[in-house]
This record gives sequence, C-alpha cells and structure tokens, in this order.
Amino acid sequence: MADQPTATERFIQGILPENPVYRQLLGLCPTLAVTNGMKPALTMAAAVAFVLICANIVTSLIRNLLKPHLRIVIFTLTIATFVTIADRFLAAYLYQMSKTLGPYIPLIIVNCLIICRCEVCASKQSVFTAASDGVGQALGFGLALLSIAAVREILGTGMFFGYRVLPSVWPDWVIMMLPPGAFLTLGLLLGAVNWIEIRRSRQSGGS
Amino acid sequence: MINPMTKKPNKNKVEQGTNEEAPAIHVAPSPHISDSVFTTRKMMVDVLIALLPLVFMSIYIFEFYAVKQLVICLASCLGAEALFVKIRHKSFTLTDFSAVVTAIILALSLPGTAPWYVGVIASVVAISIGKIIFGGLGMNIFNPAMVGRAFVMISFASVMGAAAYTDAGAVVDAITQATPMDAFKQTGVTGSISHLFWGLTNGSLGETSAIAALIGGLYLCIRRTASWEIPAGIFTAVFLIAGAADVSGAFSGHLVLHHLFGGALLFGAFFIATDPVTSPLTSKGKFIFGIGTGLFIMLFRLFSGYPEGVMFAVLLMNAVTPLINRWTIPRPLGEV
Repeated sequence: MADQPTATERFIQGILPENPVYRQLLGLCPTLAVTNGMKPALTMAAAVAFVLICANIVTSLIRNLLKPHLRIVIFTLTIATFVTIADRFLAAYLYQMSKTLGPYIPLIIVNCLIICRCEVCASKQSVFTAASDGVGQALGFGLALLSIAAVREILGTGMFFGYRVLPSVWPDWVIMMLPPGAFLTLGLLLGAVNWIEIRRSRQSGGS
Repeated sequence: MINPMTKKPNKNKVEQGTNEEAPAIHVAPSPHISDSVFTTRKMMVDVLIALLPLVFMSIYIFEFYAVKQLVICLASCLGAEALFVKIRHKSFTLTDFSAVVTAIILALSLPGTAPWYVGVIASVVAISIGKIIFGGLGMNIFNPAMVGRAFVMISFASVMGAAAYTDAGAVVDAITQATPMDAFKQTGVTGSISHLFWGLTNGSLGETSAIAALIGGLYLCIRRTASWEIPAGIFTAVFLIAGAADVSGAFSGHLVLHHLFGGALLFGAFFIATDPVTSPLTSKGKFIFGIGTGLFIMLFRLFSGYPEGVMFAVLLMNAVTPLINRWTIPRPLGEV
C-alpha cells in the first residue's frame, strides 16, 4: 500500500515521535507498576520487546488469512503464546525477578500497546516493516520505562541499577517508590515531553 | 472563607490589568462588587493576623526549633512561588500573600525536630504540585500546605513519624516527651487537659496550644474570613464520635476533651479545612465538608496506625468537594 509508512519511518516513529507511553499513552499499567527500579523496568521492557516483535512478525505472516471479525482473538492468542514463553523463561532463569514482577508479566497479554501495533501495522504491512515497527515501538517503550524508573530509583533510594550514585546522607524519598511516585513522575515527564514537543513544532513552524 | 460571587469579579479585574489579550469589554457574572474588603490579599492578611497567636506560642514553646522551620518554609515557599510563576509566565503573585500563608501553615504543621530538607521539599511540592500545576491560586483541588506535608510525611517517615517528634536530648522541654496523640495511641492514656489547652506539650509546632488556635480561629470566623460552618461540622463529628468512645471506655469526659484540644484538630479545623479554594461553596456544603472531615479524623485517630489524621482527612474531603458542590447547588426561588 502506497500510503502506509515505510519500515524506516515505522522504526523511527516508535522511538520518540509516536512513543507508546509519552505520545500514545498506551501500556500505562506496567509503566506505573514496575518502574520503582531500573532492574524490573529493564526486564519488563525486554519482555515486552520480545513479545511485541514476535507477535508483530507472526501477525504479519498470517495477515492474509485474518478474518476481520476474528482478528482481535487471533492477536490475543498470538500475544498470549509469546507472553507464556517469556513468563516461563523468566521463571526458569530469573526466578527472583519473576517473583518481583509477579502478575505483570502475564498481564503483557492485555497490554494495549501490542494489540495496537498488530492492528495498526502488522496486520496490514509486510514482515520486515512489522518487525522494524516492533523494534521501534519496543525501544520507545523501553526508553519511557527506563526514564521513569531512573527518576524513581535515584530519588527513592539514591541508587541506580542497585549502585549508590547519591551520597549516603541522601534522605530516601520513599514516596517515589510507592504508587504516588509513579503517577507524579509519569505526569511530570509527560509534561516535559509535551513541552519539548511544543517548542520543537514552534521552532520548525517558525523557520 | 469568602463568597465565590464576590471573588470572581476581583480576580478578573486582576487578570484584566495584566493579561494583554483581555477583551476590551469584560463580561462577568453579577454581583459586580468591587469592595476592596474582599480581595485575596486582605483575606490572606487576615489569616496571617489570626496565625500570630499560634506563631508566638510555637516560638515560646519550641524556641529556635520553631524559628528554624518558619524561616525555612517561608524562604522556600516564596522562592518556589516566584520560580514556578515565572515558568508559567503568569503575573507576579507574591504580593497576594497566599504563599506566605501556605508557608506558615506548613511550617506550623511540621515537627520542630524535622531536618532542614523536609521543610524545603514540602514547600516546593506544596507550591508546585499543590498549587501552580493546577493553574495557580483558586484552581487547586487540594490544600497546598497539606499536599506538601503529605509528600514529606510519606517520603520521610523516619523524621516525620510520631516517634520522630520526641528527642530526649533536646534542650527544649516539650520535645523530650512523647506527643499526647502518640502517647494515647501507644498506651491509651489521655493527655493532661490543661497542658493541651495552654499548649505545654509536644507536637507539630502550631498544633500544641488549643487556646492560641481558638483565639485565631474565632477572629477568622468573626471576620467572616473563615466559614464557621466548617469548624462547627468538624467539632460536631469529633464530639459525637469521641463522646461515644468516651462513654464506652469510661474516660469520664477526658477523652472528648483530649480529642478536641489535642493534636492538630483546632489548628486544622480553623486554618486548614477552611481554605476557601478547596472547600465547598454553600453553607450546607461547608457543614457536610466539616462533618466528613471530623469523621475521617476520628476514624484515623481511633482505628489507623497513625496517631493523628487531620492532614489525610482534609485531603480526602478536598477530593470530594466538587461532588459536595454539585449536591448542594442552591435551588433558585420559584423553581419547581
């Protein structure tokens, strides 16, 4: 199709211009729930990346067989397959992390980001485009998760990836490790991203 | 504290002067009262006057601990207000004294023993997240001072919790004893009523003296700067629930007085819950707001892990204020 974005465009759009969290506000449940540390955030980002890329590829491969009224079911089943793989893999090799993330790994099945990408891109475009879209969106999602987790972990514990970055006299902002910290950080970073976006569009409009 | 009808024209007037895009003809809902008695600044000065007895008592009881917190909170609140207002490209708002009121209420709600960064962070959060982010004074949903205090209370439980109020080595007598609210929580012993009344106990800086809060609060109510319905509702609820607990536990009247004079109840009822921006508009609504606040205070005091609950009670009732406003819209005369 001529009017569909190319693979490169899909890839680039996923990272910042159409960032899943900051621009589309998709997948906010894991964004809020697992970003109290860099390690869980990175694990979650990796799991979502795996599921998203695989689901996009498979959906793209079977896109000509899809029946319109059954497509959501097929998407969900495809996603559930890869989520189960990711979940079992984590339980086998990263048991502690699997315990920490708890239900949030199985919940990737209902992460609207992935269904959205299957619907918008993979069910309409070629395998290569779908794969690069998956990679781009996964990178964007990871970027968002890690940026929120960085703010929360540094302010909340004075550490980064478990290594102390602030002096030990730093008073831990416990609230940043709790749900209110997630909402505050997400809101403030969303505001910052919007502000940057407005400035950029103003500059490009003016020149 | 003030009638919304009278506040609007004044607010518009202020904006008209500063906003370049204001229309040539400004249409505002009646009544078009331009009496300077009702300006934000006058109100805030009234609140500051009413806070004076509390400030004096806190300095008398806690000495330099109180002075330290007041100076820190004033400096940080005013600095934060100037900074964030500049970021939002709004007009200069320091002269309406609302940031000063927020700073003093916040400082008086902190323990004297809290380290310096608690006051600074609480002030910045109060002004930025509590107020400016919603669009400035008049737009905020939650009481700014209590937002700031809740933030540090949850963040730094070790320096804000009940145990942190007590410092056995302190040179100020009051700080060496447990707060009356915490003592009751731990051991079930009510505080000495005369100490609670005059304020010779430990606690947050401004909450200890019942008499100071009463003097300031009555001044506010008589001046109509604070609505009497809100404290009345709070006292009714606290009196009834504490009374029931008193009768059932055979405290022979001590428990009711302990709950009325102890902790931040009077301070909160007169100075925190009566914030005109975050409380309902109609008198019926204000009374409901007061009852709800009182219920939550007693719920927290009697059944939660915290010895005191004024802050959370006020924040919770702030959240339902729009709902109360919708319930209590006055019915115009003649409407069926």
